Amino acid sequence: MSHASSTSRGVHAFAVATAIATLLLIAVGGLVTSKGAGMAVPDWPTSYGYNMFALPIHLWTGGALYEHTHRLWASVVGLMVVALTRWLGGRASRKPLAWIGAAELLAGLLMVTLWPSLRGTGFFLSGIGGVVLLAALVWIRNDAASHGLVRLGWIVFVLVQVQGLLGGLRVVLFKDQLGIFHAALAQVFFVLLCIIALFTSRTWRRHVSHQSSPLEQGAVGMPVRAGSRASRFAILATTVLIFIQLLIGATMRHQHAGLAIWDFPLAHGELWPATDPESVLRYNQQRVEISSANPITPFQIHLHMAHRFMAVVILAAVVYCAGTLWRSRRLGESSHFAARCSAVWLGLILAQVGLGIATVLTHKAADVATAHVVVGVLSLATGALLCIFTFRSLAFSMRAPFLPGDARRFTGRSGVTAGASQR
Amino acid sequence: MKMTSLLVLAAGLAAGVATAAEISGTVTLNGNPPAEKAITPLKDDPNCGKLHSSVPTTKFYVVGADKGLADVVVMLKNVSGKSTGASAKPVVLDQKGCIYTPQILAVQTGQKLLVKNSDPALHNVHTKPGAGSANKEENRAQMQGGPDLPFTFAASENFLKFQCDVHPWMFAWVTVVDHPYFAVTDKDGKFAIKDVPAGKYTVTALHRKAAPTGLDKEVEVSDAAAKVDFVLEVK
Repeated sequence: MSHASSTSRGVHAFAVATAIATLLLIAVGGLVTSKGAGMAVPDWPTSYGYNMFALPIHLWTGGALYEHTHRLWASVVGLMVVALTRWLGGRASRKPLAWIGAAELLAGLLMVTLWPSLRGTGFFLSGIGGVVLLAALVWIRNDAASHGLVRLGWIVFVLVQVQGLLGGLRVVLFKDQLGIFHAALAQVFFVLLCIIALFTSRTWRRHVSHQSSPLEQGAVGMPVRAGSRASRFAILATTVLIFIQLLIGATMRHQHAGLAIWDFPLAHGELWPATDPESVLRYNQQRVEISSANPITPFQIHLHMAHRFMAVVILAAVVYCAGTLWRSRRLGESSHFAARCSAVWLGLILAQVGLGIATVLTHKAADVATAHVVVGVLSLATGALLCIFTFRSLAFSMRAPFLPGDARRFTGRSGVTAGASQR
Repeated sequence: MKMTSLLVLAAGLAAGVATAAEISGTVTLNGNPPAEKAITPLKDDPNCGKLHSSVPTTKFYVVGADKGLADVVVMLKNVSGKSTGASAKPVVLDQKGCIYTPQILAVQTGQKLLVKNSDPALHNVHTKPGAGSANKEENRAQMQGGPDLPFTFAASENFLKFQCDVHPWMFAWVTVVDHPYFAVTDKDGKFAIKDVPAGKYTVTALHRKAAPTGLDKEVEVSDAAAKVDFVLEVK
C-alpha cells in the first residue's frame, strides 16, 4: 500500500467521520427544536454563566440537556472541520490559517474589551481563533489535495464558523428568523461535507482516473452515460425542490406553534382546510397543546398544506428520476452506481413521506419529528451527490487528490492539471 | 370661613366615594370544551415528576359546577393611561411543581411582577411578547433557591406569554393593563372590579381559548354596583 493511497484513505475516512458527526449534530439540533428547548440556556457562549465546557452536570436537565449537548457537539464538529481544512490544504494552508486565527483572536479580544454588547461574539471569535491558530501550528508536511477539494475545505471552514455564530446570536438576539437560517445553512453545510467525502472516495477516484466501458470514456473517465441530459436536469430540479421543502419545514418548525393541522389525509376534516377567522378560532379552541405553543394562524395552515403538496411533487419527481436511471443501469459501472444511488434516494423519500405522516398522527412526537429532519437532510445530500455524479460541468478540478506518483504541489495558482486536458 | 371650607371638602369627599362603584358578574361557558390532556412530559422528567403523585393535566378550560369559567380576564376597554402600577403591590408568579401558578394573571403597566422559583430545579423565565408589542422579550435563568426575578411591562398587552424552555410544558399568560380596573374570574367564574368611577364603559372578557380577542359588553356605572355577565362559546 503506497503512502499516497493510505493518506487518501485517511482523509476520506476523516471526511466521512466529519460528515457523520455533522449529521448527528443536525439530529441533536432537530431534537432541540422538537423539544422546544432552543432558548433553554439564555446566555451564549457561556452556559448559565459557566464556561460552556465546565457546566456542572446537575444543570444538564430538561431542555438544557439538549441545547447544551448541541453546543458541545457543535464545538467537536468545528474542531473536526478545522482539522479537515488543514488536512486538505496541506502544509501550504498553515500560513493562511495562522493569519486567520490571529485575526480572529485579535478581533475577538477587541470586541470583549471595547464593546460590552458584543462580548459574547468576542469570546466566540477569540475561542475559534485560538483553535485555528493551533491548526496552523500542526507541522506535518502533507501535500495539498486538488484545487477543488482545497477550496471546498475553505468553504466549510468559513461555514462552520458562521453556523456557530448564527446559533449563538439566535439565542441572545431572540431572533426566530436566525433559527430558520441556521437550520437551512446546516443542510448546505452537510451536503458540502458529503461532497468532500465523495471526492476523496475510492469510488470517485476509480471513476475519475480509469476508463472502464468504452461507453464511459470521456473527460477523465467521467460518467457520460449515467443518465440522459433530461434526467440529469430532473435530478437537479428535484434536489432544488427538496431544498425548498426543507426551507418550508424549517419555517414551520420555527413558528413554535405545534401542528397547524393534526389530521391526515384530510386537513381539519377537509381536502383544503378553511382559514376564515371563525374556523381558525375553532381550531385554536379545540386544540389542547401540552408545550407552550403559539396559537395557529392562517399562514401556518397554508404553509403546512404547501409542505404536503410539495411532498407529493417530490415523491413523483424522485420516482421519475429513479425510474430513468434504473432503466439505463446496464450501460456501465457508472450508470449502475447511479441507479443504485437513485434507489437509495427513492427509499429515503418514501421513508420521509412516512415520517411526515407519522409526525402528524403522533401530534409531533419529538423523536418522530427529529427523524423527519434527519431523513430530510439525507435526501437532500443524496440528491446533491447524484447531481454531481451525473453532471460533468463543475467549476472544480475533478482529479483524484492523491494518485500514486502525483508530485504536484499546491502553489496557490489556479492552473491546468495533468488530466484536465482530457475534459 | 373655616367651617365652610371643611363642609365643602366633606361634601366633595362624600361625592367621590359615592360615585365609585363595583362592576361584578359571572362568566359562563357554553359548548363542549375539549378534554384536558395529561402532561406526561412533566411526569417523565426526573426532577419534576417526583413532585407530583399523579400526572397533572392541562388547564385550558377550568369550568365550575354552574358552567362558571375561571381564568377569564375582565377589564374596562375604553380606559387608558390611568395606571397606578408603580405604587401597586407586586404580583407573584410562582413556579411550583414545575408548573406556573397562577397560569393566568393580570398586572398594570409599571407594576412589579415577581417570579418565584419554589422548585428544587433550574428554570428559565422567558417572556414572549406578541408580534408588534412594545414590551421587551427577556430570558433569564433562575436556579433552584435563586432570588425572585422582577419584571415590569411598559405597554398594555393581552396574554403576554411566560414560558420555561427547560420544561417546555410550563407556561403562563399575563395580561398587562394600563389602568387598575380589571379582575380575573375565580373557579366559579365570578369577578369583581372595584372602585370604578361613574360613567359608561365597555367591559371586555378575555379567555385565551374561548375568547382570545375578547367579548364586549356596555355597562353604565353610577352610585350603585353594576352587574354584567358574559357567556363565552366553544364551537
